Amino acid sequence: MSEAISVLGGARFTGAIEITEAGLQGMISLRGDLADAALRAAVTSATGADMPDVRRITFGDTGQVAWMSPDELLLLVDYARADAVVADLSAALANKHHMAANVSDARAMFRLHGTGAREVLAKGAPVDLSPQAFGIGDLRRTRIGQLAAAFWMTDAETFEVVCFRSVGEFLFDWLCVAAEEGSLPEFL
Amino acid sequence: MTRLASGGLLIDLSETRSFTFNGQRYTAQAGDTLASALLANGQKLVGRSFKYHRPRGIMASGAEEPNALVNMGEGARFEPNQRTTTTEVFDGLMARSQNHWPTLDFDIGAINNRLPRFFPAGFYYKTFMKPRWAWKHLFEPVIRQSAGLGAVPTDPDADHYEYFYAYVDILIVGGGMAGIAAALEAGRAGAKVLLMEQTPHLGGRALVDGVEIDGQAAVDWIEAAKAELETMENVTIRTRMMGSGVFDHSYAMGYERLTDHAPETAGPRHRLWRIRAKRILTATGALERPLAFAGNDLPGVMLASAVRDYATLYGVAAGRRIVVVTNNDDAYRTAITLKQAGLEVPLILDARPQASGSLPEQARALGIRVETGKGIATVKGYKTVKAVGICDQADTGTVLETIPCDIVAMSGGWSPVVHLWSHCGGKLDWNADNAMFAPDPTRPPLGDDGLGFVLSAGTASGELHATAALQNAVQAARQAVEETGFAPVPDTPPMATAPTEEPMQPVWSMPAKAPYKLRAKSWLDFQNDVKVSDIRLAAQEGYESVEHTKRYTTIGMATDQGKLSNVNGLAVLADALNAPIPQVGTTTFRPPYTPISLGAIAGEARGKLFKPTRKSPMDAWHDSNGAVWEPVADWRRPYTYLRDDETVQQAVTREILNTRGGVSMLDASTLGKILVKGPDAAKFLDLIYTNMMSSLKPGKCRYGLMCNENGFLFDDGVVARLSEDTFLCHTTSGGSDRVHAWMEEWLQTEWWDFKVYTANLTEQYAQIAVVGPKARKVLEALGGMDVSSDALPFMGFAEGTLAGIKARAFRISFSGELSYEIAVPAAQGQAFWDKIAAAGAEFGIMPYGTEALHVMRAEKGFIMIGDETDGTVIPQDLNLGWAVSKKKTDFIGKRAMERPFLQRDDRKQLVGLLTENPADVLPDGAHAVEGGKNRYGQENMIGHVTSTYFSPTLGHSIAMALIKGGAGRMGEVLTFPCEGKVIRATVVDPVFYDKEGERQNV
Repeated sequence: MSEAISVLGGARFTGAIEITEAGLQGMISLRGDLADAALRAAVTSATGADMPDVRRITFGDTGQVAWMSPDELLLLVDYARADAVVADLSAALANKHHMAANVSDARAMFRLHGTGAREVLAKGAPVDLSPQAFGIGDLRRTRIGQLAAAFWMTDAETFEVVCFRSVGEFLFDWLCVAAEEGSLPEFL
Repeated sequence: MTRLASGGLLIDLSETRSFTFNGQRYTAQAGDTLASALLANGQKLVGRSFKYHRPRGIMASGAEEPNALVNMGEGARFEPNQRTTTTEVFDGLMARSQNHWPTLDFDIGAINNRLPRFFPAGFYYKTFMKPRWAWKHLFEPVIRQSAGLGAVPTDPDADHYEYFYAYVDILIVGGGMAGIAAALEAGRAGAKVLLMEQTPHLGGRALVDGVEIDGQAAVDWIEAAKAELETMENVTIRTRMMGSGVFDHSYAMGYERLTDHAPETAGPRHRLWRIRAKRILTATGALERPLAFAGNDLPGVMLASAVRDYATLYGVAAGRRIVVVTNNDDAYRTAITLKQAGLEVPLILDARPQASGSLPEQARALGIRVETGKGIATVKGYKTVKAVGICDQADTGTVLETIPCDIVAMSGGWSPVVHLWSHCGGKLDWNADNAMFAPDPTRPPLGDDGLGFVLSAGTASGELHATAALQNAVQAARQAVEETGFAPVPDTPPMATAPTEEPMQPVWSMPAKAPYKLRAKSWLDFQNDVKVSDIRLAAQEGYESVEHTKRYTTIGMATDQGKLSNVNGLAVLADALNAPIPQVGTTTFRPPYTPISLGAIAGEARGKLFKPTRKSPMDAWHDSNGAVWEPVADWRRPYTYLRDDETVQQAVTREILNTRGGVSMLDASTLGKILVKGPDAAKFLDLIYTNMMSSLKPGKCRYGLMCNENGFLFDDGVVARLSEDTFLCHTTSGGSDRVHAWMEEWLQTEWWDFKVYTANLTEQYAQIAVVGPKARKVLEALGGMDVSSDALPFMGFAEGTLAGIKARAFRISFSGELSYEIAVPAAQGQAFWDKIAAAGAEFGIMPYGTEALHVMRAEKGFIMIGDETDGTVIPQDLNLGWAVSKKKTDFIGKRAMERPFLQRDDRKQLVGLLTENPADVLPDGAHAVEGGKNRYGQENMIGHVTSTYFSPTLGHSIAMALIKGGAGRMGEVLTFPCEGKVIRATVVDPVFYDKEGERQNV
């Protein structure tokens, strides 16, 4: 496992905000009946987090749970734990129709930090990112510029962004341009 | 210098700016526009017209300017057709006039001006007609040489651009008193408001029209209002930002010019705002119309309001002796302003029979001569106004008196700026009192709630008097406040006062009975050189629709989109057709309001951000090891790896021979990988694929085909059954997203009762193919998994670890060789690649690219989606009938395949081709002909080459082709006419190499 590398090896950029490639992040795509008690229990047991509402992410001691669609969650756990969590979920849901897949390696993840993070994202995402409309725990699956992406807010000045691994470098380049010093609209 | 002693609200006399025009250095004041600075320096002639190369000067003071466009900047910051009236002067600004040769003062092209009869309405289209040779050899070259405005930039743009997405309750376009009053109402009520103003300052016409608001001078009221708005957190004011367009669902575009006034500043030059607003208020004011009299395009003939603007806002006297010509009271403001500034105003010509309002009376009281019922017959002068000949408006243009002057300030009335109201379908009403189109508030553009989402506010609503305009704006704001869920604050609305005005009188031609000679010099569209005579000719030639007339005469089709010309033009058309103006109607208003930069439209998508390129986990290794890149869908893949001074062909040959003779490795990570899981997964895949998947045993792989509902093949790949209820479906590299979406669509719309989930795991894995007779030895050297033919037979797969990395190894082959495709987690892809390279070193392993892959699959007669398929090919055409189940009751495409057309024997079928000369490689796509001509006189074509290569393995060229009735033509020699020669080739079985398939099954 020591040979595993994230797409940009933790690249960083400091401009109007700070952008960090978040490194390896365990991610599990879980599809199933989100109302099912066994599924909810399995999710909470894996992450310590409650079930999220629509377009929300919840935070637990051992992971996070993101709502992705009416029948899909994304579980974020330690990279090293991902296969084990998939196995646990599969065991717990053995009799339920579901799909649990480790997608950790299929993604790139970035952390955007700074008061201007909202505006950097608003240059590419057709999302109301004003503090009134988007707060901690809110999540969107959307696009950033030409790329499919998802992002959520973890604290008042921090967003986490995920995209496909193959375009991780492109998104990083895009974010660096959008975060150019002195380029924020100062609208939000 | 023509700077006035007083005035100049917007300029700072203590700060100067230096700029050049046509290479000559001039001085401006801070706050000047390029137009005001040129006028301040006495430069009246600023360009040449589009068609006739007539001398042209500055006509307006804002976004509607038709004439005064310049080439701006140089090199990477060069940009043509920049309006001087909306360009702020900065130190070092360089401008050049356009559309003349050799110089602005002496322009050869002005000969066109002597030949107007050769350039009548629609002359361009007429040149297409006859003689037939003339368009190509005479007209087109001449027109191309003489037409056009600015020059084309040659260097890549030095600046960058971006988008910004914003969401507000109420968007207000226009920062005049109406927009400001509306922002106060909405802001106080708590709505989130964005107010945008295209100029650098707020205030609009209230600054120059002598308006008082709540007893204060407008400029003071605006200052106070601005201060209050700036304290509101829910209100944003952006200047230098134009409301560019309004679109469905209350979507608006704002064009913010960040550094045009200060180049070299960091940050983007333009920002395109994409705004979702619950309500949009268009407080866009009104534009003054010119009057159509002979010579109205001479430098020095200006809009009356513009002359006033230059005096009041910039302290610039456009001239010393100004004649005002009008059909309304408003233009008297200009006369009064100029007179009070100490300039000469020898005469006001008023086309109306009488002028008795308070403004005319004030003008008379200042000692200005007012002549009613009079107009201009002709303007004297060539490059600038020298005098006007006055006449009776009701007459044919007999000159009664000639008055020397250097400026003619004209006003033909006002037209509300209805563009944004109209962009998305807001309807207009003809207002006969003011001879203008104004928004019909009962027919606004409708949103998804069935209510209007655009409200006009102020003068833009057609309320031309300040008092009514401000009331209208407040009312519109309160309606928007309520409709967005807020409660209007019950305060006393601001009250504007201004002198009352008497009715205007429409004047579409001056004088009313102007003969042809005068009409042919009376301009309607200044930028495209369209005159009253052109519109009348179009009507005479049968044009009745205003849209057709627009295109025929080109009126309103220039970069100003007819801001000054459209109403005048359609009035002339209506008159010529003897139809009421509202019946003739307007042309369509389309965004953008004024031209916006292509850079802003492109946004950040340029250079390395132009388009995303998907990169495999081993991309960096390929890049530093000689990869020649090939785009494969959105991916880039190594076409081959160059060593030393090899040619591409040599490298491909080396890679093929090394694979066939030893072992090579391929980055196959781009292959699509879709996980399909659930109790109904097998049933689902039986429907998605043409062949049977439910009979596949766990641990085994099967090649499968996917067709659309028309039976046409669109993707293929190997399916591995991971467990009873789980399959992994490989797709083509370009097809993964499409196939995943296809599966989801069927599951979500047709087979929603199936218990199946899918996930696109394409990027979860790095996939590496180890290929060649020595492949097993390499895997054994990696260690960790039994890869013997017993443990892992052909078309089987196994899971375990290889070289300590968790791996799934598939025994599948696209080359016909012993081959393993090994999937490992993408994050360990590079590590695994390195381990294979190291373990394979003793066996001579080397990487190969997509071209070697393609040649080897063609040697084996394997098809490639997109080469052998083109959306009209069914599996049976490709000899793949064996992969179309005859047992299954249904699958997508089954019904279609049973149609007679798809069962005909003479369909184009896949064959192999061997050229007579083994060294001849058929061109890709070459057509086979069978003699004779079709009804179009073309050779009868029986098919085409789909894949063609020189096979290093076999030492001769090979090709595949789709040939009509190909299956029955074995041994036939076909003829392929190619550039310069004819290639003959024999039809053969498309499997050229190892027909029994022994090499892969060892």
